[in-house]
Amino acid sequence: MTDIKDEPVYKTDALIEQDIDAYLEKHQHKTMLRFITCGSVDDGKSTLIGRLLYDSKMIFEDQLADLHADSKKMGTQGQEIDFALLVDGLAAEREQGITIDVAYRFFATEKRKFIVADTPGHEQYTRNMVTGASTADLAVILVDARKGVLVQTRRHSYLAHLVGIKHVVLAVNKMDLIDYDRSTFLDIVQDYREFAEEVGIEAFTAIPISGFKGDNITELSDNTPWYSGPTLMDHLESVELSADEDLGKPFRMAVQWVNRPNLDFRGFSGQISGGTIKPGDPVRIVPSGKTTTVKSIVTFDGELDEAQAGQSVTLVLEDEVDVSRGSVIAAADHPPESADQFEATVVWMADEAMLPGRSYWLKCATQTVSCSLQAPKYKVDVNTLDHLAAKTLDLNSIGVTEMVTDKPLTFLPYRDEQGRLNKTMGGFILIDKITNQTVAAGMIHFALRRSQNVHWQAMDITREARADLKNQTPKVLWFTGLSGSGKSTIANLVEKRLHRMNRHSFLLDGDNVRHGLNKDLGFTDADRIENIRRVGEVARLMTDAGLIVVTAFISPFRAERDMVRAMMEESEFVEVYIDTPLAVAEERDVKGLYKKARAGTLKNFTGIDSPYEAPANPEIRIDTTSMTAEEAADRIVEYVLGW
Amino acid sequence: MLQPNKEHFLPRALTHLERLEAESIHIIREVVAETDKPVMLYSVGKDSAVMLHLAKKAFYPSPPPFPLMHVDTTWKFKAMYELRNRAAEEAGMELIVHQNPEAKERGINPFDHGPLHTDMWKTEGLKQALDMYGFDAAFGGARRDEEKSRAKERIFSFRTASHGWDPKNQRPELWNLYNAKKAKGESIRVFPISNWTELDIWQYIQLEGIEIVPLYFSAPRPTVERDGMLLMVDDERFPLKEGEEPEMRSIRFRTLGCYPLTGAVESEASNLSEVIQEMLLTTTSERQGRAIDKDAGGAGMEKKKQEGYF
Repeated sequence: MTDIKDEPVYKTDALIEQDIDAYLEKHQHKTMLRFITCGSVDDGKSTLIGRLLYDSKMIFEDQLADLHADSKKMGTQGQEIDFALLVDGLAAEREQGITIDVAYRFFATEKRKFIVADTPGHEQYTRNMVTGASTADLAVILVDARKGVLVQTRRHSYLAHLVGIKHVVLAVNKMDLIDYDRSTFLDIVQDYREFAEEVGIEAFTAIPISGFKGDNITELSDNTPWYSGPTLMDHLESVELSADEDLGKPFRMAVQWVNRPNLDFRGFSGQISGGTIKPGDPVRIVPSGKTTTVKSIVTFDGELDEAQAGQSVTLVLEDEVDVSRGSVIAAADHPPESADQFEATVVWMADEAMLPGRSYWLKCATQTVSCSLQAPKYKVDVNTLDHLAAKTLDLNSIGVTEMVTDKPLTFLPYRDEQGRLNKTMGGFILIDKITNQTVAAGMIHFALRRSQNVHWQAMDITREARADLKNQTPKVLWFTGLSGSGKSTIANLVEKRLHRMNRHSFLLDGDNVRHGLNKDLGFTDADRIENIRRVGEVARLMTDAGLIVVTAFISPFRAERDMVRAMMEESEFVEVYIDTPLAVAEERDVKGLYKKARAGTLKNFTGIDSPYEAPANPEIRIDTTSMTAEEAADRIVEYVLGW
Repeated sequence: MLQPNKEHFLPRALTHLERLEAESIHIIREVVAETDKPVMLYSVGKDSAVMLHLAKKAFYPSPPPFPLMHVDTTWKFKAMYELRNRAAEEAGMELIVHQNPEAKERGINPFDHGPLHTDMWKTEGLKQALDMYGFDAAFGGARRDEEKSRAKERIFSFRTASHGWDPKNQRPELWNLYNAKKAKGESIRVFPISNWTELDIWQYIQLEGIEIVPLYFSAPRPTVERDGMLLMVDDERFPLKEGEEPEMRSIRFRTLGCYPLTGAVESEASNLSEVIQEMLLTTTSERQGRAIDKDAGGAGMEKKKQEGYF
């Protein structure tokens, strides 16, 4: 029991005072365990962490003085120290009394150094918990002894297992509030065992504790004579580290940076993610497939005889092979795979929902590629583990989906067939190409073989030959702008002029596409993206045929226009921005659509309740308030024909 | 690479310092690979010394491919300026020293201007320097164990074009994957030693033989006592109050900032082992000697960060 009025008493290692060098020698060889605490504020999570810091003497006098003052001012524990105040750092959190982010805490005991990721437990903070768990070796799952195993316990256990945490501690907290009752504890453990099996957790350690009073944290408590240990701290100090598992794997290192100080030195820098390496070991470069041997392992402290998983080194290779950032140097007989289609579990972390078909950046190890996702096969109800049908993934939802990258990605399954984890080469993040936000994290299951069965049919008549026959350069004139901005009118005029000049063209617009090719699509964001993707693919085939393609779609999102641009040859894509202010377009309202949208009978209408992202650097910008449709058409034709 | 003891052959579980070192090197290399124009902020303190040492290791045999930058307040201890110039030269790196011209012109100083001193020289000075040179990434030596709001800081901390920090809009960081994408004008502050503690820093300095400012070690120095803080009289610019007489005391510094803002502690610890011993036995946390955290109540540092302070 720690009362505010008590003077703090510190337990320090006697060795510090007697022989500091001996103490430091011992400390130098400590290993490091990273763990996460899962539980809601009500479960006493912050209190437990505060207690661990306090008991391992990580709270100093001045902090303790602040804590005393804060406890009196804001504490919820009456006259006793509110340890939670130590941990809930951000001012906003202190006001609301909740933890909203991931906070990292540090403490050390005689055997180990610890990094604790403290994350919120509520469902709306699933992403924070996944973030904290991604680097953890162990999870402490807190259960309030008065309440037993709850829905949230199941969720925390599932998420911990999802990211591959192998060591689970079931900390049955607040034992002091149930008079340290043994049978209640045993009932909770039995309940949890059923959960754990369902989730896939093979083993766990259950400990009856009180974070508030300190029972079974560092010392076995007299209040629970029926519990023979270990204490929470004993367990944290002795559990096996997952870094050890990496040592037994085949060698792998993703290249971060090519080190070339001068013409005589060319080294490849990276952090080894699996196995060990010695000079003379044969290695294979992925994806090129070239093999060579390691010449030397270069570090600031001299060349090494051997290096191992976890170390950051620079390798010099025997032969001059093509290696750059993103390449993987691997054991010659166990190279990782490369593929461009995968199945993966994806955790969505952004307010804006996943858009199937949209192109995102995918970063995996040191590779960054473009990627798009299919609509999820299913999403997981994190509370019941049920698989639910879903068209998209929104904030904090977790689903399984297929994805396609624009070039092959070198990877390993996040969890292989033996249950071993490959976090570095199997975990990835997705980045929105416009906002640059990290919108999702994912774990690769396996490559889809389908892609290998579709081979390109090599054609004898090339696109150049077809274009030459028509005596023209294929182009895509991509009109974009608000509804009623004048896209179709101007596009029609452009096509007429081209036709008159014996140019072979084709106009794709809503009328000839929505009624046939895309009649299965509606007007949700996801459907709009698919609509544009299909139009883009058709336009590309038409340019292969040598045509000048004119398209007239609102195409409101920058990301999709950029996606289509990326499908085309360099300089083939001409973005034509029909710039008409909303007020002007609405005033014209040729089809009466704005009126309907304003009345609420037409949903997702661009400019009204759905955004329009104007092009940043269009090839051609037409200001319809300062020129006529005829003038605009002339200008576009001049541009296309290069006059 | 830390030199393992002979009896600790590979492969084996890496020690916590070996893991921290490898992680920091990974972070520093990622920044160089993924940003256009990085810079390392160098404050001449012990954390900066470790960060610079890690940068040398990350790119060896090349010198670190970015400049060092000191956002100077002109009020650092003399011994700090001496080490700064030597350290940059030994690392083979360009040293940029930036002093806010407006603060200089207005004669902003810690004695007369209080919190404005930090704001003008450091916060504004840093923003100016980053804008002036167009750096899109800046390494800083902050650690998560220093202070409560730092515990939640990302390793890659994203800043708007006006250098603002929004604690509610930080990017999630999973595994060892860092998202360095940003729009033109935006920048990233990167903290490669986020996961190091004060003890880790000291022990690494000892094991690696890293040179630090002698002020960290105890020696007889002229001091005055004010508001419960021991201040060192570093030069004639220190305005003595009426009746104040500098007194020789055996002191050292646990943290180094601007000399009138940084309190010393009375100590006999004159080598690294003794300094570490004293730190482990001491009962006050490191930042207590700095006045900056006490501004604006408990949320002082968080507020400063939102304004652009490191």
